[in-house]
Amino acid sequence: MARILVIAEHDGGCLNPSTAKCVACALDIPNPEIHVAVFAAAGGDIATAAAKLHGVRSVIQIDNAANERPLASVLAPQVAALADGFTHVLGPSTTFGKDLMPRVAALLGVNQLSDIMSVEGEREFKRPIYAGNAIVTVEAPADVPVVATVRAASYKAVDEDNSAPVEPRSVSAELPTHTRYISTQAGSSDRPDLQTAAKVVSGGRALGSSDNFELIFKLADAMGAAVGASRAAVDAGYVPNELQVGQTGKIIAPELYLAIGISGAIQHLTGIKDAGTIVAINKDSEAPIFEVADVGLVGDLFNVVPELTEALKS
Amino acid sequence: MNKILVGLKRVVDYNVRVRVRSDGSGVETDGVKMSINPFDEIALEEALRIRERGEASEVIVVSVGPTDAQQQLRTGLAMGADRAILVETKEATDPLTTARILLELVNRESPDLVIVGKQAIDQDHNQTGQMLAAIWGRPQASFASQVRFDGTKATVTREIDVGLETIEIDLPAVITADLRLNEPRYVKLPDIMKAKKKPLDILPIGDLGVTVAPALRARSFEPPAQRQKGIMVQDVGGLIGALKDKGLL
Repeated sequence: MARILVIAEHDGGCLNPSTAKCVACALDIPNPEIHVAVFAAAGGDIATAAAKLHGVRSVIQIDNAANERPLASVLAPQVAALADGFTHVLGPSTTFGKDLMPRVAALLGVNQLSDIMSVEGEREFKRPIYAGNAIVTVEAPADVPVVATVRAASYKAVDEDNSAPVEPRSVSAELPTHTRYISTQAGSSDRPDLQTAAKVVSGGRALGSSDNFELIFKLADAMGAAVGASRAAVDAGYVPNELQVGQTGKIIAPELYLAIGISGAIQHLTGIKDAGTIVAINKDSEAPIFEVADVGLVGDLFNVVPELTEALKS
Repeated sequence: MNKILVGLKRVVDYNVRVRVRSDGSGVETDGVKMSINPFDEIALEEALRIRERGEASEVIVVSVGPTDAQQQLRTGLAMGADRAILVETKEATDPLTTARILLELVNRESPDLVIVGKQAIDQDHNQTGQMLAAIWGRPQASFASQVRFDGTKATVTREIDVGLETIEIDLPAVITADLRLNEPRYVKLPDIMKAKKKPLDILPIGDLGVTVAPALRARSFEPPAQRQKGIMVQDVGGLIGALKDKGLL
């Protein structure tokens, strides 16, 4: 039997959808017994949400004032202490999980497996390397826990049809004070979340300016879509970093992805290869984005995008 | 601050489109251009700027890799690092073993700061910096986009999924560099000449007394699934029609 500990991601109040995707991955491991750990200052509501996730046996709620913010150096010793008796410890491949899980693995004296995209056996997994240009099947060593992050775009969130027991627990671990939270500057947006949206409209360098990027926002609003961007557009300062899609930004899997004025560098394509339908609008008919697009339109975005926006509004 | 240690990994250049060998035994790396991992270049640039502001006295570049990784260390010296250390190994090391090697060097050099790239673009692990911080028992500030120092503390802004997070850490600490921390400088020819005279120590991995961590074993490699080539439409009407056909509008 595989005893699997899933580390829940949350913002202090709500469970992040990445957790339901980690549970989906955990369910693919043979004979899973899945427990979700919620580390928070007061994690009652989050634990209740986690208990609804399909396939979860129990939720372990670890309330501690030190857990108000997800500081890896504070959480890692607690996760490592709780991991005793588990065969697998999984976290999401989000900035939360990528910060935390290597620290957990190192404390447990094991290597970490990054970005599980499929489960091939109890200790055998597939993961992307070289910006997704190759897929490697790796086998984790026997007799030590598998500590891994789950590539969220490879999994669909499990249903919320469960009512697993919630068990409050205290964990004994020495917590450092050398790392202190100061502030978060979050992009305030009424639009859908980029990582979980069914539709995403992304803009690239061809937009030319922050003002012109409004065209992307207007189209996204007409479609009820989230907004993304290429690295070039973020580096140029048109939009903030949290909108970046690609190898070093967000890896997403919407049903519909519109790439507008994006040439399609391999680093960008690796962030969208699981999208259902990719639409490309670019004035360069030779742009690599057209090689992966399901629907392509060669044209000037400054004409096409307003026309498309108006057509969708009416 | 006294010393800054910077990790440089030798990787396939980011412009190379790597291919999986037809027998699935690995990725073709023979004869391809090799470079400093771009995130490590950003890490080095940050260390140099800190030193140039007078906030540190020495920048040491470190690589764990084959003999040829001296090329990347020489490039690091040409960018402005003061000296270099190559921990020489024929076999690629896993992230935890690399972190243990870096910790051994940390114990020998006692730096106030270690900066590495947030991930290497070959294995895309995103682990080594966090692992070093863990086994060193020191703070980590991963995915840094801005760093400021105040005595024995640093304030670091981090790129996270919802935006930017700012934390304060005590030194010594590990910082991992994200894309927008800075834009690395270009190396000038006179600097390449000067770099040849800078010290580069080579330590065989066996001399460090580091325990190799239990490694993940790569069983096979395959190319990614290819998407089918789609259709081209002529205008907005055609685009809307195609999306309606797919049930997306």
